[in-house]
This record gives sequence, structure tokens and C-alpha cells, in this order.
Amino acid sequence: MKKIPLSLTVNGDPVEALVEPRTLLIHFLREQLDLTGAHIGCDTTHCGACTVDLDGRSVKSCTLFAVQAEGAAIRTIEGLAAADGTLHPLQEGFREMHGLQCGFCTPGMIMRAYRLLQEIPNPSEDEIRAGIAGNLCRCTGYQNIVRAIAFAAARLNGENLEEAAA
Amino acid sequence: MIPGPFAYHRPQSLAEAVALFAAHPEDGRALAGGHSLIPMMKLRLATPEHLIDLGGIAALKGIRREGETWVIGATTTQAALIGHEALPAGLPIIGETARQIADPQIRYCGTLGGNVANGDPGNDMPALMMCLDAVYHLAGAKGERRVKARDFYLGAYVTALAAGEILTAIQIPAAPPGHGHAYEKLKRKIGDYATAAAAVMLTLEAGRIATCAIGLTNLAPTPLLAEAAAAMLIGETPDERAFAAAARAVEAIVAPTADGRGPVEYRTKMAGVMTRRALARAVARIGA
Repeated sequence: MKKIPLSLTVNGDPVEALVEPRTLLIHFLREQLDLTGAHIGCDTTHCGACTVDLDGRSVKSCTLFAVQAEGAAIRTIEGLAAADGTLHPLQEGFREMHGLQCGFCTPGMIMRAYRLLQEIPNPSEDEIRAGIAGNLCRCTGYQNIVRAIAFAAARLNGENLEEAAA
Repeated sequence: MIPGPFAYHRPQSLAEAVALFAAHPEDGRALAGGHSLIPMMKLRLATPEHLIDLGGIAALKGIRREGETWVIGATTTQAALIGHEALPAGLPIIGETARQIADPQIRYCGTLGGNVANGDPGNDMPALMMCLDAVYHLAGAKGERRVKARDFYLGAYVTALAAGEILTAIQIPAAPPGHGHAYEKLKRKIGDYATAAAAVMLTLEAGRIATCAIGLTNLAPTPLLAEAAAAMLIGETPDERAFAAAARAVEAIVAPTADGRGPVEYRTKMAGVMTRRALARAVARIGA
């Protein structure tokens, strides 16, 4: 099938590419852009390991075609730390609160939490749990993930998360 | 998993989309949120030759009041229903139901139109639309027509939508002041389809039930409107005895299949339980 042109912004950088219409966004990110932070876990829209931020929404990139992202602004886990390597408060939170064990779900968890904290800057524990209901972790039992997100919320309180990530 | 190849179209207007569907009535499929269709395409259970993405058509998005109704564009997402500035106050059962669909990421993508149009008996919105007596606006090469949700569902994945037609909007009567509502859904985990679910809208007058509608999800090949159960409640005092009688009437009309959610007998009983709980919660909300 003929490839079609695609232009979008990924982690602040303009990207021009040719894609087959059937190319899933996760395959485009991982295989064409070498952004392997977002993971393919279940490949069935359940686990959330492939979560990226697309135009202000958390999306499961295994269930979108890359062509649907025409003109969109995407942020992946690779675009979260500052240019000098300073970790984003969410990344710091996951480290400080032991929010990961094997780490496979972590990029998706963090990108989901990134959007959650912009919608609810000071979430309750229940709001955090509801907010990450589309992300599965098979190691931690979630306790420390919830603590990590609460840590980041406290650290970010009063700050603009988009600016903090830029 | 990688879907089969297809030609991708992204019309910018409804007229352009209608023309595309007219050109591909049998081998064209509408792509809205994609969270039912793309998983099917990845499994190669759906292999459309032409995928017509409705995401670029601004006229299909948005929520507005039109007289005594709400008109919701077909590609309005579940997240937009939940986050709208007026709908949650005017018709709170929409957001209550949307919140019980899938998970946050899926609600950012999944649309009301996709949920009601694809005919999956597991989807939550069809039974609610039947309960609310919504009207679907359909557009095709022969023009526009309107079909009531109560007449739309013909079988599992079989609807009144003709080949080449698109659902453009869902029109829902505004809720009467002082109404009570509830959507009660039993599911095994986040993201699951209902083991059984019931939507209830009712009003009271002088302590008795004046109007009542009950919709049921995933308990038959189509969503169900429990007309007999609702009719027997009219004029009754809203108490456990009346709710139990309505629950029995619901159990008499459901036809669930045995699956991972439980055997037929269990799912039938749960249909009654969800109905009782939805009725009780709807009445309690009027009191609140």
C-alpha cells in the first residue's frame, strides 16, 4: 500500500515522515523515530504501557494509526526530562518512592500521570487510582506508584507542568 | 498485531464524507475513535478496503442545546461528555454512564457515535439512549433521516444504519426538572463489558412514580428497553416491594449468554439486582 506523508510534532521537534496508513502510532514511534520508551505490552488496548500524550490527551498508541496524528503534538517519556538531564518531578517521584520494579509499565504510567496532574493538580488518592485505571502494573501492587504521583503533585504544586517539562 | 492494508481517507466536510461512503458503500468503514474498530482490524476480523476517518469533520463534534433537546455530534468523545460545561448538570446520567466505559485513555478517544452505532451489545450507551428515547440523525447519499434509538438495534452488530450511511448526531430530550437517574453496571474489572447493567430515568409526583424508563445493557443480542417493568411502576410508591416486582419483570425479558462473566442464571439475576439498585438510587437522588 502506498505510503502517505505525515507531519507532526514529537517532543517539541517537527517530524516529517512517510507512513503506510495501517502503521500504528506505537510502531511509528518505536521503529521509524527510534523512540522506544513507549512499550508494546498487551497490544490489545488494555495495559497502557504504550501511553503517550497527544494534543492534551493520554492515548494508547497501539490503538491509533500514525496517520490520525497528522498535525498533532505528541510527547513521549523521552521528552519529559529537561535538556540538561534534570528529571521531571514524576520521574523523580517514581525513583524516590520506588514506583517501579521491572519498569516495563513505567513510561506509560508516567505519561498518563503527566496528563492527570494537569487536569487535577492536587489529586486525592482515589483520583490518582481512577486516573491510572487504564495502566496495568504486574509488579508493584500500585501502592508506590500512587505515592510517586502524589510526590510529583506536591513537587509541582503551583507550577505549570507544561513549562516544567519543556 | 498489524492490520491489513487499506486506503485512508480524511474528509473535511460531511458532504465529502457522504460522497466517499456513496463511492464505497460495501468496502468503506467509518473511523471515529477507533477503539472498537482498530482492535478488530489488528485481529484481521475487520478488513475494510477504505477507511474513512471522521475525525477531521468539525461539524460532527460538539454538544449544543436545541429547544428542549440536547444535540450531541457523533464524534464527541466520552471525555468531552464528562467534561462539558453544561451537560453534566442538565443530563447527569450521560456522564455517569460515560465514566463507567473503559478507562481514561479510551474515553479520550472513544466517541458517543461510535459507541451507539456499531451495534455491539456490550456497549453501554445504546441502552441509555433507548432509556432516554434519543433520536439518531443519519446521513447518506439519499439525504438525511432520523431513527429512534428504540428502533435502531436489530441484532448483535446489526442496526438500522444502511450501507453508505453515517450517524451524524444524537438528539436527546432534556431531562425533566427534578428527575432521578442512575446507571448501575456490574463488571469484573475496569474496561470490562457489563455482566449486567441498568439505566433508569424517573420522576415522582406526590410520592408516587409518575414516569419511568429502564434500559438494559449486554443482556441480549441488542440493548433492551424494559417496557413492562417500567409500566408496572407507574403510580406505585417507590419502595423495595415495587422495585423487586420490576426486577422480576426485567429478569423475564433478558436473554444473556453464558460467558466469562457468568452463567445465564447468574447474569439474569444480576439484571434484576442492577435494576433494583438503579431504581433505588434514582429515587434517592430526587430526595437529595
